Amino acid sequence: MDKRVTDADAALKGLKDGMTLMAGGFGLCGIPENLIAALARNGAKNLTCISNNAGVDDFGLGLLLKTKQIKKMIASYVGENAEFERQMLSGELEVDLIPQGTLAERCRAGGSGIPAFFTPAGYGTEVAEGKETREFDGKMYVMERWLRADFSLVKAWKGDTEGNLVFKNTARNFNPLMAMAGTITIAEVEHLVKPGEIEPDHVHTPGIFVHRIFQGKNYEKRIEQRTVRKRA
Amino acid sequence: MALDKNQIAKRIARELQDGYYVNLGIGIPTLVANHIPPGINVTLQSENGLLGMGPFPFEGEEDADLINAGKQTVTLLPGSAIFDSATSFAMIRAQKVNLTVLGAMEVSDNGDIASWKIPGKMVKGMGGAMDLVASAENIIVCMMHTNKAGESKLLKKCSLPLTGVGCVKRIITDLGMFEVTPAGFKLTERAPGVSVEEIQGKTEGRLVVEGEVKEMEL
Repeated sequence: MDKRVTDADAALKGLKDGMTLMAGGFGLCGIPENLIAALARNGAKNLTCISNNAGVDDFGLGLLLKTKQIKKMIASYVGENAEFERQMLSGELEVDLIPQGTLAERCRAGGSGIPAFFTPAGYGTEVAEGKETREFDGKMYVMERWLRADFSLVKAWKGDTEGNLVFKNTARNFNPLMAMAGTITIAEVEHLVKPGEIEPDHVHTPGIFVHRIFQGKNYEKRIEQRTVRKRA
Repeated sequence: MALDKNQIAKRIARELQDGYYVNLGIGIPTLVANHIPPGINVTLQSENGLLGMGPFPFEGEEDADLINAGKQTVTLLPGSAIFDSATSFAMIRAQKVNLTVLGAMEVSDNGDIASWKIPGKMVKGMGGAMDLVASAENIIVCMMHTNKAGESKLLKKCSLPLTGVGCVKRIITDLGMFEVTPAGFKLTERAPGVSVEEIQGKTEGRLVVEGEVKEMEL
């Protein structure tokens, strides 16, 4: 099925105030730049946002914090964003910090029809407060629930009109997992190709998980920590 | 003389064994990669989804799509592998990673670690640290022995919210190397020129000193 939509704005059709969103990326690597910009234009409010990080002050999800569109953030690490910290400490923004592996697995579970699982991460810490814990083979584990989203926004390097996706390098990160967990999953890709141009063996995310796809433009791909070495 | 950050990293690097898969945290742990002994081949795992992390790229060859968990630009090596975040933590939880090196704000003498939050002041999040410490069999914590106020970071009980319980096995600070034992922090090596008395004075948790404690070789 042809899943093409014209652009990011059209892709967000049906997104409403109060919805839960997932956004792929690790730091600023592999984030859906076009969709985040469109979301800022769209103006939907009281959003719950699930993403490993919260962007930086003027890029990534930081843009939606600035416009106060996010009510609650679910993330594992938020250290790079001063506006985020201000909103969190003042109580304007609800924040649920969860271990990174648990976040990844909760998305995977949500996209796999598995409502809960047990992980050792966070046992004995405040992360486990109020959650069921159980011993398996002599070790303690915490029960964690799946995560699902009304909209999942992901970024891939290449995709075909059927929605099959290929990611590049570490821009893969949370994208394939979040793609699985969305009621509506939108993929923005750098290269949109015809069916058959991606080897079936090379597909990372099968098109069944993707509902809308478009070719993004003007990728900034900002680097957070530019580290280099000198040529000998 | 207390060790500087590079010397701490150099000492940790001596714990690497040929064939190890290693996860290095942000800060001093990252420096360990610069001191891998000759003849020892290790594979670096970065939890954002990379196995076989190479050095920083040459100037002009940075790729925004290729970073490590510290968001630094890195390179691939022949034999590197890329995967999603769930697969990355699968290898961590299933103990395929042989050694985890990470920093901490506090460690207690029963092996608890606190590293992610100062209530009311600083909340950055735990990132992958909780998953790593809950599963890794071999964890080395590296940190300064005291905080900026001069207070011990090796405690009877952590005062900050925990990252993991009873999980730390070894600690390397600027003053020495310690093993976590049922009796407390066992001093196994001291930094060159640092006395046992100085370490005792700066360690709030239970310290175990057995016989002559050798100086660290760097």
